Amino acid sequence: MSSAGNSQPNGAPAIHAEQLCRHYRMGETVIRAVDGVTLEVRAGEFVALLGSSGSGKSSILNLMAGLDRPTSGGVTVHGHNLAQLSREELARYRLHTVGMVFQSFNLIPSMTLSENVELPMRFAEIERGKRDSRAREGLRRVGLQTRMNHRPSELSGGEQQRAALARALINRPQLLLADEPTGNLDSHTGTEIMNMVREFNQQLGMTVVMVTHERALAERYAQRLIFLADGKLVSDETNLAFVRSGGTEQDRR
Amino acid sequence: MKLPDLAELAVRNLRESVLRNSLTTIGISVGVASLVAMLSLGIGLQQLASRRLMKSGLFDTVVVTSRRDLRNFNRDQESSGPAPGESRILDEATRQEIEHMPNVLEAYPDIRFITELRYEDKPHLTMVAALPSSAQSTDAFDALQGHFFSSHTAPEAVIQKTFAEELLGKTPKAGLDETNVATLAAPLLGKELTMRYAQREAAPSAPTTAAKENAAADQALAGAAYSVVSRELKLKIVGVADLDPESMRGPTRARVFLPLKLAESLHVMQPTDLREISRAPTDQPVYSSVSVRVKNPSQVQTVEDAIKKMGFNTFSILDASRSIQQFFKVLDVFLGIFGSLALAVAFIGIVNTLVMAILERRREIGIMKAIGASDGDVKRLFFAEAGAMGILGGIVGVALGWAIGQLINLGTNVYLKRQSFPPEHFWSVPWWLVAFALVFSFLVSLAAGLYPAGRAARLDPVQALRYE
Repeated sequence: MSSAGNSQPNGAPAIHAEQLCRHYRMGETVIRAVDGVTLEVRAGEFVALLGSSGSGKSSILNLMAGLDRPTSGGVTVHGHNLAQLSREELARYRLHTVGMVFQSFNLIPSMTLSENVELPMRFAEIERGKRDSRAREGLRRVGLQTRMNHRPSELSGGEQQRAALARALINRPQLLLADEPTGNLDSHTGTEIMNMVREFNQQLGMTVVMVTHERALAERYAQRLIFLADGKLVSDETNLAFVRSGGTEQDRR
Repeated sequence: MKLPDLAELAVRNLRESVLRNSLTTIGISVGVASLVAMLSLGIGLQQLASRRLMKSGLFDTVVVTSRRDLRNFNRDQESSGPAPGESRILDEATRQEIEHMPNVLEAYPDIRFITELRYEDKPHLTMVAALPSSAQSTDAFDALQGHFFSSHTAPEAVIQKTFAEELLGKTPKAGLDETNVATLAAPLLGKELTMRYAQREAAPSAPTTAAKENAAADQALAGAAYSVVSRELKLKIVGVADLDPESMRGPTRARVFLPLKLAESLHVMQPTDLREISRAPTDQPVYSSVSVRVKNPSQVQTVEDAIKKMGFNTFSILDASRSIQQFFKVLDVFLGIFGSLALAVAFIGIVNTLVMAILERRREIGIMKAIGASDGDVKRLFFAEAGAMGILGGIVGVALGWAIGQLINLGTNVYLKRQSFPPEHFWSVPWWLVAFALVFSFLVSLAAGLYPAGRAARLDPVQALRYE
């Protein structure tokens, strides 16, 4: 599988956020969920956004996903200046450029796994025959080839998250955004999922931005740790632990 | 998203909350059914009225006469076309020519004559008319006692009720005519009538002593020579008609009817024959008038014009039915409005169902948007769901409306039968009404989906996904 991410030279900026702000108005008070964040993520990088709840990490992720629009500032992802895109263009961007994984899996309960995985391809108007084979291939890659016709409720959390991963990757995005992907999983299945994410990151050269509040998890998988508090960037550091252990793998590429 | 995918997803979503969607669809069905029932009642009544008019022969018949017959129905002499003396003869060839004109159902000669009929050695004088076999379908013979002519040439007669009364020596009561035809018919059916009539018989060329140079002229005139012979024909009474099949003809109406071909073969002396003796002979029958039945009253004018162009006088009653049509248009509109009221309720039902569905599927909509569905995709999905309910409701509704119609028709006819009226068809569901009902219910449903679909499309995915 050739990922569009490979066409980008490693180290070129995949995401560039400049003075990114997202303020909500709640009655009289203004909540500064994201408050002037400037950061850059290179293509192929695995970045963890860390912080306590309410620190703004999920809001940043939503802005990067094009699900939300900044109040001020801007974010450019793989050449798309999201603030300037129309609603229609944002939908296309979400469809082709980003894949998303959520803490609560967010599979559609009335659909089987293969239908869930197929859904983004329906929106992309890919023809039926191609869809079927790609969905099967995608589910096989996450080890769910025997569960294709099951509904999400018939599966374990780990299996659901694997299906969600397959769905996120089905349109071959350049960027994977994961919002607490292991938050609803036990440590064993969490590891399983994270290994898969790392595999996609390393083998497909896919840029990964993961939101988590578990520092240990971030240190184990991410190359870079970005800490947020009250919507502001507190620190942005290379994960030394990662560089010492598996990071060499990434450096070789 | 492509249309087949859209339809598939819509149907899947409808099946997910099958009870609520079924109830909404039933609501649409009831609306469509009431619309169909009302409109088909209007159409049925209209058809009943126009069928009555049609059967009377008033509006689809053109009477053609030769211009040579100076007694014209119209007061003004036709100014266009040939002068009477030079105009064409209304003969068999002309009749056939008219019959083959477009929009003409049939053209048959009017053969009618006053003659004497003997029944049980008592003479009765009456007008006798020939009927084409197509006359069987007119209203007058709906309640025929006995049967219609067994063939075109059978020596059989159908007599009118008043003549039957005369034959039996009963005097019809003034005012309401409540005599039962069946009691009149019983003693008469199968009995024999002896008709005495004047037959025109071509005479063999009279031997002439004229000079040889006149021979050619003689030859030409020879065919026109004929003798008139008194003949008798025995007729079997096969039917007694209740209604008057010739109600439009006024005082000259006939009371005894013969099959057309039989009447033609009799060569009964006609008044016009006297006049026609002066013209060149033909071996074809010549008619004083021909009745032309047109396929549809709306085509009467065209047919009439075409026949006029051939050089004949024509007569028809037009436009009288127009005000009736107008009345039914207004009636249809009112019935349609009442029928639509139920559909309006169904409209609100669809809006409600879909708005509920949005609340219920908030998260699902958020997920779809997060994985790349555009506003348009979401909007079209809700549209498709509304449309699918509309189509389904429309189909069920049309069937339901049709069934209601049949039921009411049945009930009314049971009532009519008790009142000893002939059964009628009040109900008509033409194919265009079916198509209209289906399209209408589809469009109404789409309109009902407009607001919910727009709302679903505008849903903020971040909020929808946060919603647990």
